[in-house]
Amino acid sequence: MSEKVVIEIENLTIRFNLANQKVDNLKEYIIRLIKKELMFQEFLAIKNLNFQVKEGESWGIIGANGSGKSTLLKVISGILKPYKGKVKVKGSIAPLIELGAGFDANLTARENIYLNGCVLGHTEKYMREHFDEIVQFAGIEEFLDSPIKNYSSGMKARLSFAVATMVQPEILIVDEILSVGDYAFRKKCENRMNEMLSKGVTLLYVSHSLEEIQRLCTHTLWLNKGELKMIGKSKEVCNAYLTEMKRLI
Amino acid sequence: MYIWFARLKDFFHYKDLLKQLVMRDIKLKYRRSVLGYLWSILDPLLTMIVTTIVFSSMFKRNIDNFPVYLFCGQLLFNFFRASTSQAMNSINANSSLIKKAYVPKYIFTFSKIISTLIDLLFTMIALLIVMIATGAKFSMYNLLFPIVIFQLVIFCLGVGLFLAQANVFFKDVQYIYNAVMMAWMYLTPIFYPIEALPKIVRDIIVHFNPLYYYIKQFRDIFYIGTFPEIKYIFMGSIMSIIMLFLGIAIFLKKQEQFILHI
Repeated sequence: MSEKVVIEIENLTIRFNLANQKVDNLKEYIIRLIKKELMFQEFLAIKNLNFQVKEGESWGIIGANGSGKSTLLKVISGILKPYKGKVKVKGSIAPLIELGAGFDANLTARENIYLNGCVLGHTEKYMREHFDEIVQFAGIEEFLDSPIKNYSSGMKARLSFAVATMVQPEILIVDEILSVGDYAFRKKCENRMNEMLSKGVTLLYVSHSLEEIQRLCTHTLWLNKGELKMIGKSKEVCNAYLTEMKRLI
Repeated sequence: MYIWFARLKDFFHYKDLLKQLVMRDIKLKYRRSVLGYLWSILDPLLTMIVTTIVFSSMFKRNIDNFPVYLFCGQLLFNFFRASTSQAMNSINANSSLIKKAYVPKYIFTFSKIISTLIDLLFTMIALLIVMIATGAKFSMYNLLFPIVIFQLVIFCLGVGLFLAQANVFFKDVQYIYNAVMMAWMYLTPIFYPIEALPKIVRDIIVHFNPLYYYIKQFRDIFYIGTFPEIKYIFMGSIMSIIMLFLGIAIFLKKQEQFILHI
């Protein structure tokens, strides 16, 4: 395995403002400004996180709900900016973060494939070349020209996954969206990810299924309330996580 | 300096996204409407006819060929209103795309201005129809219209970028915008001659209403059939550059916080 570091995270802190999010109109903003009630209620979604991912590694990310897993993926994808610390990413990223996000409900699947590909930073020409492959993998040939709003969530997930993985990213980021697919499709995705891993793609995978993590990922990161709880080989981290969960129940 | 170069590179990287977004707007607007693209021509024509019936008798003595006079003003003002209101919602409406992957966010605002511009070009056909129907004189100067459209587009882009970022943080910007648009429309000589106003108001409009700069040039080109007054080309260009600069500066400053509010 190569020693090149593709993702480097240093002292990463992500801050959200819980209080200010509620003021979403000018009227209230001005009233609060005058009354001096513009409060800043800080919430740190990720606290002082450090870790490195080398090229070709596959990382699972586990933790209870609200522990900052998705936030971490968003920072790595460049959607969120760090409040403190540094995030360095080398290579193209295909983020599979929110299911169905990035599809325009009124457009057909055909049009959405192009739109989605362009959102991921590909050219139209590139998408045209890979179009058939994507449609075939998603298995939606019959529904290609119906609007996405008529699609089931499973079908949308298939299409998302197909677009993101067909275009050969260097880093693939998957946020538990595959859980809605049926068994056959999940197997298909797993095979696809394994195939990509063997070609040297770096994978970051969030899932609540420890089995899947252990099958796919060599390393695992355990987040707890925004802090790093444990990091290491998947087997050890998953076992420790399981023990901890059992203790809590 | 380096950051601007990187931004430019970023823009070229995403130029196909811009194209897809514009195509999406055009497709969605005309899909499943029986009259299709004709709407862009018919809609302003119908409004013009109604307005002409109502106002032409009022200003009959001052304005000859009222339909062309009215249409020139209406065309530009409607473009201003449509493009900025579309741009205002551009970030909120595309929140699902913004949450999914990193994309330069101004692309969404930019795409709305462009798709409205394409509509405007269709509407120009309606202007042609009105000019033929009313027997207006054509001249070579008519071909100069891109000069005005270009200034206006830059101006609208600046205003649009400002509104788009404001609307992310404050949802009531839309209501303020509606009220401002209403006032702005009445303070722009669209269906009345500028001479009908008292001197003080007239001076204020001539000097401080940027839309008047553009409409005046546009009327010089189509209604009078002459080269637009240099003074207004100058003022219009300066105003559009200032607006664009302001819009970009505020947008870039705020864009990283968008994700927390959409």
